[in-house]
Amino acid sequence: MYLVLFLIFGGLCVAGALNLLFQRHPINSALSLIVVMSSLAVLYLLLGAEFLAAAQVIVYSGAIMVLFTFVIMLLNAGREERTHGSKAAYAVGIPGAAALLGALVYIFLSNGKLLGPTLLGASWVVPTAFSATLFRDLLLPFEVTSVLLLVAILGAVALARKEH
Amino acid sequence: MEVSFWFFVLISILKVIIVTGILLTAVAYTVLLERKVVGRIQNRWGPSRVGPFGLLQPLADGIKLFLKEDLMPTNVYKPLFIAAPIIALGCALISISMIPFGANIQYHGVDLFQISDINIGLLVILGITSIGVYGVALSGWSSNNKYSLLGALRASAQVISYELALGLSLVGVILRSGSFRLRDIVDVQSTHGLLSWNFFGGWQFVAFFIYIMAAFAETNRTPFDLPEAESELTAGYHTEYSSMKFAMFFMAEYANMITVGCLATLLFFGGWSSPFGHLFQPYGGVWAAAIMPVFWFVLKVFGFLFLYIWVRGTLPRFRYDQLMGFGWKVLMPLAIANIIVTSFWLAYRAA
Repeated sequence: MYLVLFLIFGGLCVAGALNLLFQRHPINSALSLIVVMSSLAVLYLLLGAEFLAAAQVIVYSGAIMVLFTFVIMLLNAGREERTHGSKAAYAVGIPGAAALLGALVYIFLSNGKLLGPTLLGASWVVPTAFSATLFRDLLLPFEVTSVLLLVAILGAVALARKEH
Repeated sequence: MEVSFWFFVLISILKVIIVTGILLTAVAYTVLLERKVVGRIQNRWGPSRVGPFGLLQPLADGIKLFLKEDLMPTNVYKPLFIAAPIIALGCALISISMIPFGANIQYHGVDLFQISDINIGLLVILGITSIGVYGVALSGWSSNNKYSLLGALRASAQVISYELALGLSLVGVILRSGSFRLRDIVDVQSTHGLLSWNFFGGWQFVAFFIYIMAAFAETNRTPFDLPEAESELTAGYHTEYSSMKFAMFFMAEYANMITVGCLATLLFFGGWSSPFGHLFQPYGGVWAAAIMPVFWFVLKVFGFLFLYIWVRGTLPRFRYDQLMGFGWKVLMPLAIANIIVTSFWLAYRAA
């Protein structure tokens, strides 16, 4: 049951990500990204992180992607021209991506024993336990992250401000 | 008691069919109620020709919309033009499945008055309604019409802004009950009748007014109906739609109204619990214990629908800058202040 759901939404996630790259119209790419994010929410749910799944849908698919589509609609962006791109990007990009992927796979596999395996749908984190960890044990990193976001907002305001 | 899988599936499908049927009928009759009440407010009769008191008017409207020609304008972006009303109506109908309509009465281990009882029910409803915005946004964009596009732009900006205030206004209620599960939220309020409802006993009336205003904005109703302001944008985002596709937007709007009313009832007015607490509970036996909660719930939701219509008949529309200023500069700080005061109060009481 859990495996079937995992296969469906994992497949949907990968298909959405590929579609995001191959579509030429920005709005189609944005919609594919929504599919990717919503399927990720289901994968989180399968791993037992129910609050994270709901937050993923509300924040990413609901708020951030609405903003993306809003900007695309506001600029009325049309079809993208297909360019050949730079040769350097092909020469460096593909080996670079392969190297990064290899490194990540190596790190995850070598630390597999340390991280430990989990079964789909085996554990279930209720919001109370989750918030006790986040707001008590990890309070300092949480607050520091919010300060980081505040700095980002201030930066955006400073960049967007008209010079007098 | 362990429930057999097929029994659970069968009962769930039955529940879905019954709830969808009731919801769609309620949507049709809310439209009639709105036309009647707004008619009375404007000193006229409203629909009165089809059936006694115009009661069959929704049926006639449904047949009319169904038989109309389904126009597909040239130069629209077809896939999204067709998908948009489906997204809007789908999201509007799905969110009703988390709403508990009555007390937790189990029949062979299956809850009779709620389709699915989820631990994070409130968050799921918020998530689904936030996805529902795409219906409006994409319909306006794919119509290839400047009025539609303007309506869709207004709708997305408005919904993003008011979603924050809406979410923050609910935090006080969640703090009080300590759970996202809608049944838990109601159980906290059902001990002393009227006095323990979040609106009265919980001191959440500020949160309630923030919630109800943000909810009006989320459902694009007057005084926040800028996305479909007929005097400036023809009909806003659904200008190019006709026949059943238009009807789907219409149904989505009214279904959202009903969901918002249900949520306001559950979160602030004690859900299905009686305003008299347990005073009349010993009387009436098993059937009354099952039916009375549903009666109170429906009565409260009806009150909210009436409030919606009343406001529509009374208030003029906001200007766009007023709308944005009100959302960000009044509702947001007020909601945050409410969270701080509520958490201090709860911490003081716990200490």
